[in-house]
Parts: sequence; structure tokens; C-alpha cells
Amino acid sequence: MSPSDASNGTLSGTYPRDHDRHPSAYTPKYKSTIARSPKHKLIRIDNASEGATGPLFNHEDLAAGDWDLLSNFAAPGESPIGPRIFIHGRVLDENARPVPNALVEIWQANAGGRYRHKVDSYLAPIDPNFGGCGRTLTDEAGRYRFRTVQPGAYPWPNGPNTWRPAHIHFSVFGYSFSQRLITQCYFEGDPFISRCAIVQTIPLPQAIDGLTAKLDMEETVPHDTVAYRFDIILRGRDATYCNNQPEGR
Amino acid sequence: MANPQRPLPETASQTAGPYVHIGLSPRAAGFEIYEVEPGQDIAGPNAKGTPVEVTGIVWDGNGDPVRDVLLEVWQPNTHGAFAHTDDVEPGFRGWGRVICDFDTGEWSFKTIKPGSVARADGGTDAPALALWIVARGINIGLQTRMYFPDETETNAVDPAMGHVPEDRRGTLIAQRTEDTDPTRLSYRFDIRLQGDGETVFFDI
Ligand SMILES: [Fe+3]
Repeated sequence: MSPSDASNGTLSGTYPRDHDRHPSAYTPKYKSTIARSPKHKLIRIDNASEGATGPLFNHEDLAAGDWDLLSNFAAPGESPIGPRIFIHGRVLDENARPVPNALVEIWQANAGGRYRHKVDSYLAPIDPNFGGCGRTLTDEAGRYRFRTVQPGAYPWPNGPNTWRPAHIHFSVFGYSFSQRLITQCYFEGDPFISRCAIVQTIPLPQAIDGLTAKLDMEETVPHDTVAYRFDIILRGRDATYCNNQPEGR
Repeated sequence: MANPQRPLPETASQTAGPYVHIGLSPRAAGFEIYEVEPGQDIAGPNAKGTPVEVTGIVWDGNGDPVRDVLLEVWQPNTHGAFAHTDDVEPGFRGWGRVICDFDTGEWSFKTIKPGSVARADGGTDAPALALWIVARGINIGLQTRMYFPDETETNAVDPAMGHVPEDRRGTLIAQRTEDTDPTRLSYRFDIRLQGDGETVFFDI
């Protein structure tokens, strides 16, 4: 958002979060939630002072090549193993307005389904040329883009034979602390999506579809890299708190 | 959800999972990739006000520490100004990322005590650190606040506290502990996700 959105010093709040679109805290089929879910209801605070603003990021916070996971950890002249993909899209708010300068950070397993993390012990090998994280800032139109390898599915200890669908974790910082969001992006057609207890914490099929990146032939580079599109919607800022800047269209 | 004011619904949240550090703090995951990992210095070198250190553990409903938790802090400076639209000291961002010890679950961060915030509606928010908590098993980031025990009067008229049942307000107030460093005040703030003394979480 441009600074003019708060031009007379009145900060705009966000719409109350629509919790029907999100998983509940307690979703026992995803076992880790059983002991980690608060039992009391959240207490709503209107116009919370921390919710109208958030940290602002700029290009000094990151390096120009951080968006490219094919090269940001690879030895010179080398490249990670796996299908080369772009994952790209726009960050918009609920009013369908672009969110520029949003910090988008991603992390993922390598093509074999292994994370570069000291506590991951899956037997698939670490890829020496793949760190598995990237970050970027959205442009004026809210666009972002990463280049990476398609992550592999991996097993997890939720049941005797449980596998996560291929996914990329996304962390997004919009304009305010109330727009903070962490989610995961899946790939269309993956048969593990309907079998995954984490995906299925989300009650609405449309909301799951919103987390499923779509093959994007338009952006695919022939003989080089397949593209997937994943748009991210953050909470909208409420026009009733906004001064002279009409929201929406 | 046909709401003409909200043509698009917010993207659904998913757990940050146990490997959140790879994306948000790769050094904690065990590797070097970024020259600058943001959120390591909350107040910056020029911050005015009282230096404080906060230590705590996030506990689950079984009484076990949450060893994969990641917290983010968002706070105003000592004058109650947020580094966003307000003028603040050079280098003050008021935002931090906090990782716990993977063995004990204990985390700790240094900052300056925030000031009271003058609200647009004329009220005053008591000094507080806004915290956002993610981990495996947390489907959507949890928002809470840490208030200060030596602010009894301001806490009593804080608008958010006013929404909290009296018997739960204590879960939001840190304890003063013996200072580990003579130049800053030490506080303890344990967070309980579930069970006896469950911390109050907000919908902001
Ligand atoms: Fe994962």
C-alpha cells in the first residue's frame, strides 16, 4: 500500500477475519493440533493498535538473487536436481487491490522430499545445491515470482502411512500486522491433496482450491521451465476507517 | 461469501510446520544463505527508553515445551510510535523474529519497553508487546500481547484488557525476574496454548 493510504494520519483497520475460510485450531485428524489448540475463543479487539501497521520492508533487506532457488545456494555452474518451475502470482487484498512491497518468503523440501533442516531425518538425500528457501518483495502490481525445483512428497508421522502432497510454504507480510499470513501452496492434480490431514483442516473446498497452484502454460518457458500460478489474498482494509481513499472499485 | 465490499476471500492459513526456520531464519535450521536475516534486532542501536529482556517458553496442553515455535514481535518505540507512519529513532523497526532453543523450548529477546499508544478514538493502549506465534500444530498464527507488571494503572484502563475476563488478565502480564544484565530489566513471559492458565489470544 502506498503511504497515501494513511494520508491524514488516520490508520485504517482491516475487516474482521472471516474464520470460516480458515482451519479451526482443533482439528484432531491432524494430531499435532490436539495439544496445541487453545480451547477458549479468540477475543476480538476492534482497531487494535498493532493491527493497523506493520514493519515495512525494502530492497536493502534482501539480495537481488534471493528469489531464485535454482541459484541462491548452488555452487557456481551447478544446479539443484529436479523439475525446474516458476511459481508466481499476485498478492492482492480482499478488496482486489494489489499489495506492493509485500515480503514473500518461501521454504520447501527438495525434489526428493527432503528438507535442509537439522531436525529432518527423512532418508531421501540432501541436495548439495539446494537450500530450499527464497524471498522477494512484490512489485507495484503486487506481483511476485520464484524459480525453484518442484518439491517432492514426503512421509510424516501423523499415521502409519501418511504423506504430504508436494508443497511450498509461503510466509507473507502485507501492510499491517493483521495481514500476516503463513500458508502452503499445493500443485493441481496431486492425489495426496485429498488424503492430507493438514490440507483437510480447511473446511471449504473452494478455500483448498485457492491453495492449489495451477499450471500456467502462458508463463512456461519452452525447453526450460514449467510455470505455476498462485495468487495470495490478504485481509482487506476497511473503508470505514479509511479517510479519503476509496477502497474497492 | 458474496460480500460486495470484499470481492475476494482471504487465502486460507496453513500451519508453519516444524521446518519454518528454513524460510524465516535459515541459520537456526543449520545453514547460511542470506547475508541479512531480518528481525534480529528489534529496537536498533539508537532506541531511546528502557532496555528490557524477555524470556519464556510456549507450553502445550500436555505441559511440554513447544520446541519448534517461532514468534514475531511488533511494538512501538518508547513514545508509543510505530515505525510505519510515525517518526522513530533511526534504525528502530520494532519488529523481531524469535526462535527458541530446540532442546528446551526457551526463547529470549532484547528490546526496549514500548510506550503507551494514543488511539484514534481518544483512548490509550497500555505499553505492550504484540506477539504472533506459529509452530507445527498451530493452524493459524496466534496473536497475543505481553503487558508489563509495573503498569497496574494503565493496564487497568487498557481497552483490550477491558474485553478480557478478569480471571484471565493475568495470563497477559509478564513477571519481573532477577536481572541477568544490570543494564536492562528482565521479564519472564510463559505462554500456555491450552489447559490451566491458557493464555488469552486475540482476533485483531
Ligand atoms: Fe512442509
